Amino acid sequence: MALKIVKGSIDRMFDKNLQDLVRGIRNHKEDEAKYISTCIDEIKQELKQDNIAVKANAVCKLTYLQMLGYDVSWAAFNIVEVMSSSKFTYKRIGYLAASQCFHESTDVIMLTTNQIRKDLSSPNQYDTGVALTGLSCFVTPDLARDLANDIMTLMSHTKPYIRKKAVLIMYKVFLKYPESLRPAFPRLKEKLEDPDPGVQSAAVNVICELARRNPKNYLSLAPLFFKLMTSSTNNWVLIKIIKLFGALTPLEPRLGKKLIEPLTNLIHRKIHIFSSHKMLCSQSHLIVSLSRIAVLISLSSGMPNHSASIQVMKYLGLLAMSKILKTHPKSVQSHKDLILQCLDDKDESIRLRALDLLYGMVSKKNLMEIVKKLMLHVDKAEGTTYRDELLTKIIDICSQSNYQYITNFEWYISILVELTRLEGTRHGHLIASQMLDVAIRVRAIRVFAVAQMATLLDNAHLLTGNMQRMGICEVLYAAAWICGEFSEHLENPMQTLEAMLRPKVATLPGHIQAVYVQNAAKLFATVLKNQEGNTDSTAAQETSQLMIDRLPLFVQSANLEVQERASCILQLVKYIQKLQQKDVEVAEEVCALFAGELNPVAPKAQKKVPVPEGLDLDAWINEPPSESESEDEQPKAIFAKEEPKHSRPRHTEVDEKELARRREARKQEQANNPFYIKASPSSQKAYQEAPGVEHIPVVQIDLSVPLKVPGLPMSDQYVKLEEERRQKERADKKKKEKKKRKEKRSGRGRKHDSGPESEEDITPAHMVDIVTEEMPEVHRSCLNITMNLKGNARTNMISAKGAVSSYVVSGGIFLPVKSSKHKKKKQKKEKEEKEKKKKKKHHHHHHHSDGGGEESVQNGTVEEEEPLPVSVYDIQGNLQDGSQVVVSVIFENKCDSFLKSMEFNVLDSLNSKLQRPEGSGPHDGLTVPFQLPPGVSNEARFVFTVQSIVMPQKLKGTLTFIVKNEDSSTHEKLDFKLHFTCTSYLITTPCYSDAFAKLLESGDLKCSSVRLEGVIMPFHHLLARICFHHHFSVVERIDSCASMYSRSIQGHHVCLLVKTSGQTVSIDAKCDEPTLLGNVLDEIKQTFSQC
Amino acid sequence: MQFMLLFSRQGKLRLQKWYVPLSDKEKKKITRELVQTVLARKPKMCSFLEWRDLKIVYKRYASLYFCCAIEDQDNELITLEIIHRYVELLDKYFGSVCELDIIFNFEKAYFILDEFLLGGEAQETSKKNVLKAIEQADLLQEVSGGGQIGLPFHFIC
Repeated sequence: MALKIVKGSIDRMFDKNLQDLVRGIRNHKEDEAKYISTCIDEIKQELKQDNIAVKANAVCKLTYLQMLGYDVSWAAFNIVEVMSSSKFTYKRIGYLAASQCFHESTDVIMLTTNQIRKDLSSPNQYDTGVALTGLSCFVTPDLARDLANDIMTLMSHTKPYIRKKAVLIMYKVFLKYPESLRPAFPRLKEKLEDPDPGVQSAAVNVICELARRNPKNYLSLAPLFFKLMTSSTNNWVLIKIIKLFGALTPLEPRLGKKLIEPLTNLIHRKIHIFSSHKMLCSQSHLIVSLSRIAVLISLSSGMPNHSASIQVMKYLGLLAMSKILKTHPKSVQSHKDLILQCLDDKDESIRLRALDLLYGMVSKKNLMEIVKKLMLHVDKAEGTTYRDELLTKIIDICSQSNYQYITNFEWYISILVELTRLEGTRHGHLIASQMLDVAIRVRAIRVFAVAQMATLLDNAHLLTGNMQRMGICEVLYAAAWICGEFSEHLENPMQTLEAMLRPKVATLPGHIQAVYVQNAAKLFATVLKNQEGNTDSTAAQETSQLMIDRLPLFVQSANLEVQERASCILQLVKYIQKLQQKDVEVAEEVCALFAGELNPVAPKAQKKVPVPEGLDLDAWINEPPSESESEDEQPKAIFAKEEPKHSRPRHTEVDEKELARRREARKQEQANNPFYIKASPSSQKAYQEAPGVEHIPVVQIDLSVPLKVPGLPMSDQYVKLEEERRQKERADKKKKEKKKRKEKRSGRGRKHDSGPESEEDITPAHMVDIVTEEMPEVHRSCLNITMNLKGNARTNMISAKGAVSSYVVSGGIFLPVKSSKHKKKKQKKEKEEKEKKKKKKHHHHHHHSDGGGEESVQNGTVEEEEPLPVSVYDIQGNLQDGSQVVVSVIFENKCDSFLKSMEFNVLDSLNSKLQRPEGSGPHDGLTVPFQLPPGVSNEARFVFTVQSIVMPQKLKGTLTFIVKNEDSSTHEKLDFKLHFTCTSYLITTPCYSDAFAKLLESGDLKCSSVRLEGVIMPFHHLLARICFHHHFSVVERIDSCASMYSRSIQGHHVCLLVKTSGQTVSIDAKCDEPTLLGNVLDEIKQTFSQC
Repeated sequence: MQFMLLFSRQGKLRLQKWYVPLSDKEKKKITRELVQTVLARKPKMCSFLEWRDLKIVYKRYASLYFCCAIEDQDNELITLEIIHRYVELLDKYFGSVCELDIIFNFEKAYFILDEFLLGGEAQETSKKNVLKAIEQADLLQEVSGGGQIGLPFHFIC
């Protein structure tokens, strides 16, 4: 026996150990592959032996070879053998090899389950530890399921060493086998308060990672984490906790406020944690501390030696800024120069980050300059990734919010054309879609665009020659389409036609060829038209012949689309040729084939399509699966406080209001759901968008720049031209201003532009077609400011000025009617009239009722004599901020003149203030950021800060604007009143009946009640009305009795108990703020007294 | 953390640890690509780069690059800190560690890493505890194994 051992040892002496192997590989640099293949043969021999030490040695060597990239999957079984050795030395090697070599599809993993279980329960903590470590690398769903229980037991092991490993590996287990989360969670939570800091930090780690996936369920842990955050001194743990709060704060706004103080402390104490930028989402106060980041960046850029650690700071600073940019663009914009400087950094990572920030930096003034800089970078850039990134950024920046910042589209087109010369970019289609978009929507640019595109088509070989594999040839798609569609602008259509029919075109991708063929036909029509005007008919026939000669090439195309179009057009041309030979004039008819203009269709056009009667989009098609089922499917949801879902009484007939209420509720739900992208303030401001199909006013513009720039233009030229144009404009404006001042001495104070050029003063050289979303009412000679109804209706008359005599109710929308006589008079004696009006207006307040009854969903109206605008507005509380309400107003121009320079101003009260941009005085108006061509409406939102919400209030305001006719322009103003009712501070909040009962029992609430007589409507209508008009939700309804709930933006609870008997309705209400309650009840009473 | 790679200035892989299951082929492809990208960067550039949808955090110590891949929401600085902590651990264990130590004792380097990180998360932030655990496990190996692998000489001497 002893001899055998000795013999085994002697055998082993001749074996290579790992060190020998490594050394050997290093010594055989020339024939490494050959050396290794002999080694592998040796290893195979060793694995066949019984001696476990030899096997372990072999497996260890295999692990090394695996790292070098050799396939060792054939030894998987041997690895399992070594794993199951009883000696720790070998077990350790075995598990290491397994963790390196096994993956989910390794089939021997199945064999390891029992072995691992045995090791997990081993009395030796290191055996257990090594098994856990290994398992963390190769855990499969099966293993997770089988071992979850064992691991859970280990979470309360006596040794912290095991506990912390078990806690950490639980995360992997949850990922593979989510069902295990439910039973394990209580224990996991326990570990947050484990005496051992290692275990504690492991538990924080796991919960933080889990919360990132589904934050809602972990809100209840917030207090515990808060405690940990203030007490822990371990930076590693702190960072994780802050990250966790970052995920939680969007769900619970109050948490954000609470966090500000400890976080600012932390940031000031340890600046290196500032990379916890992740959680900044909603905390404006932290911005103050973040200005320190900017300081850091500037410090680091100022230093001469760019050491790596400073670069790290720079990178993190920029990253943090991009997070802040989303919420607080202003604070980042002030660091523009710094960011632009970072664009020149040598390091690509930093440049990319700076690029991300540029999006928020541009303005009309600096767009050209910034893009010029970017174009320089494009030329210099080496890697294609960075160049592609630059390209997309240029396009993003220029096209953002409907080309808001572009003042000269010729410049933009030339930028796009320059970009096509990039080698090997993947974003051809992006450039193409931009070209198409601009050419279609900016009518004035078409002549220029067509000329550019024709040049592109002519030089198509440059694009396709060396880079067809990439995607730049997509640009030709746009070029061909633009040249075809707007062929009337072509200078030399014949030449372009020839370019499009070149044989080389056949090498392009199919979809581009198809566009070529189709547009060749359009061009052909144009050419024919031109040529038939001449006396010489042979030219026209030659053109037909050219088509007939060239088209067969496409008829043979492998692409069906190309083939189909080509053969269709070929036959057509043949027919035309026949007619031509008989001397028949065909051009007219051929042109008729492509007559009419294609209009852009707004992305929101679908909204215009009426929902067919009887189709309820909110109804379930199939009943949703039952509660218990869904719980089984998504076990993660069980740790959440039950989402308050009250069972609403279901009405069989779904009336208008019910729908609106549901919409409101859904919106509310979405606002609370972190997986929905919330309507951000910036998207709310997207008035530049809002296109529709109904009405596409294309603005005619007289161009102040020469249209023709010979050859391929350089965008730089435009920068210069633009400068000149602006200067000229400024001079013009000053002149006008002077004139105006002379004309009207009493004119309202329009801003003088004696100071530096402001953003608004830069008028675009070309207009983008902006199509509005609202359906404009057809009404002559009046300006209508209509309101976006939002589904929550309250009636408010704002104010009336002048002599408005009657209303016409049409489909729930009020239109003021006025005589045209009045108008003439006004134009003549404007001044006189104005003075009169001023006196009059104070006496003229119409308190207007919801006269339309149930079908009317009007919010409020403003009328004025001339040009008679009706404005409806909507006031909504801001969920995120307890002191803000958003008022959206739709302005509709109902007169025949162009309205511009609209300024919206409200006289602030002590309690409510209009939020104005920084730096403006308390009496400055807000510029309405759009102009209104006749018949167009647009929506603007204004934010008000409100101190106390317990009382309703009215705010007086004025809208000033310039009415521009062909020959003159006059300054007009329109007074109005905004009525902030208490209801508008309420937010529909669903409430669970248990919570409701608790709330009532708590005794903090004051009681009040009201009786309504003579209400003749079904009870559910009554409830729907309260829900709809006053933002309540039904908690529970029993027969003729219902409890309702709502919450104010400042967190006051309002509870109602509504009872009905006969025509009497009694409402008992409770609220923690009696004044608010009284006012809300008054408003409810008013609603019902009006019907 | 998704994975950690150690490679030399010549692009030779010295250690790899994957916390996400990937096939060997993919691993090889990722490694090759990353090693190239990181080696192409100049010494005075910052330690982060975006790669596919991951963030790469790397740092060079002497001739060896330590390179970690993290997800988008992960914190870069803490990853840098993890790398540094791992280097400190290696240094303590081997006593002024050099590349050769890791080449010849690559299984030890793995053991240390496994004590420090588990499943891509830091499991022990105290250096002392990690080293203590390693030392005790090594001790256990001496006792139970009756000798280290590859050093069987005292058997016959």
